[in-house]
Amino acid sequence: MLKALQNIGKYMHMLWIVFSRPEKWGVFRARLFHEIHFIGINSIPIVALMSVFMGGVIALQTASNMTSPWLPEYTIGYITRSSTILEFSPTMISLILAGKVGSNVASEIGTMKTTEQIDALEVMGVNSLTFLVLPKILGAVFFFPVLIIFSMGLSLIGGWLSLVLSELASTETYVVGIRSFFVPSNIVYALSKTVVFAFLIVSISSFYGYYTKGGALDVGKSATKAVVTASIAILIANFLLTQMFLL
Amino acid sequence: MIEVKNLNKSFGDKQILHEINTVFEKGKVNMVIGQSGQGKSVLTKCIVGLHEPDKGGEIHYGGENFTEMSRKERMLIRQEIGMLFQGSALFDSMTVEENIMFPLTMFTKMSKKEKLDRVNFCLDRVNLEGRNGLYPAECSGGMQKRIAIARAIAMNPKYLFCDEPNSGLDPKTAIVIDNLIREITYEFDITTVVITHDMNSVIEIGDNIMFIHDGRNWWSGDRKTILTTDNQEIIDFVYASDFMKEIRSSMQEKRK
Repeated sequence: MLKALQNIGKYMHMLWIVFSRPEKWGVFRARLFHEIHFIGINSIPIVALMSVFMGGVIALQTASNMTSPWLPEYTIGYITRSSTILEFSPTMISLILAGKVGSNVASEIGTMKTTEQIDALEVMGVNSLTFLVLPKILGAVFFFPVLIIFSMGLSLIGGWLSLVLSELASTETYVVGIRSFFVPSNIVYALSKTVVFAFLIVSISSFYGYYTKGGALDVGKSATKAVVTASIAILIANFLLTQMFLL
Repeated sequence: MIEVKNLNKSFGDKQILHEINTVFEKGKVNMVIGQSGQGKSVLTKCIVGLHEPDKGGEIHYGGENFTEMSRKERMLIRQEIGMLFQGSALFDSMTVEENIMFPLTMFTKMSKKEKLDRVNFCLDRVNLEGRNGLYPAECSGGMQKRIAIARAIAMNPKYLFCDEPNSGLDPKTAIVIDNLIREITYEFDITTVVITHDMNSVIEIGDNIMFIHDGRNWWSGDRKTILTTDNQEIIDFVYASDFMKEIRSSMQEKRK
């Protein structure tokens, strides 16, 4: 318990230093674009694959469980859209990204720590936390919502494909379903959650990477801790944000 | 000149450094030697601010008290420091050119051409001209050390720290690195601090020598006096092998 509190204090202190003014804006901008590419654009294939299959499975599950004749057929599209936008895209994809991006960030920074590259930055007079972590956080916070919008679209396409190919519903009824009772603020809610998740994933992973001590084995341990902690943080944050926004 | 006053450093209950007082002179190669685990690297990290000394300890760079400076003020002093790390610490995602150019990009307003000229000058200085496009992983250990030296001198530092510059190198390459450190020190008139337990380096390039034992400044002198001192700890360190013990016996015989 004491260790957990110490880590939270250390994490807060790290964030305090991370959000300092960068030494050179030109270098910072270049690093930001690099991170958007590295963290965001490189994640597009996995997000696309996950989203299409996730949407397909949600639509199939909904269709196969709709046994009541009182339920209209367009409910399949409605449920697929609602569950995708509200939970599956922002939360599930963020959990996947916690694994992919989190382990990547923690191992990259952890390796730099154990090979004294971070010490080299500090000795040169560079604020290593701002230089390394701030572009990653901002890159993720800016680009994860784009990925989630992309995921929402692909999930709906996945749902449509699975229904049409399995002949469980027609295109018309599915489209009616996904357009029914649409609440635009749900998109805002989903993207707001995504911003929080993006921040948690990258900052927690950077924390574990930055405070790695030892060698290659410890870098691996840090990456594992980063993914596990970021995933737990996402689940807790999701619960709290749902309480705040929807209830 | 770097002045260290009453430097103590503890990690938890374990005290690593005890009351270190010393001066590292400008334009000279100042060697810090001692067995492994005696506190040499901790001392260096305290001096460059990677570790905080315990209360009361002071480090002065050119008369300015580094210990009392804010993080921002320290960053300015650090821009005058070049450091060669034990494992070279080159940024492995950058090419040789980008590594050397990095401090110039971060802290100067040089044009691209000026930076490139400076990079080429530094590479030339360490005999690695034309290797701009290589990545650190494509370079040998000796080359990596020389690239790290080139990066360390890119900003025309006033202070150069070398943490075990010869570790993992063959004797011939080690001499090349030693000579390079000495030449750069004299050529640019900088304060150089070399942490090592390589006696060849000490004899080859050490102007001032500080022997650390048990976290204390045990002995200070130069490369001549270290070979003739009666201090038992130094004798055990310098003449550790049977071969060296034989050399010492024959030297004593000659003296008689």
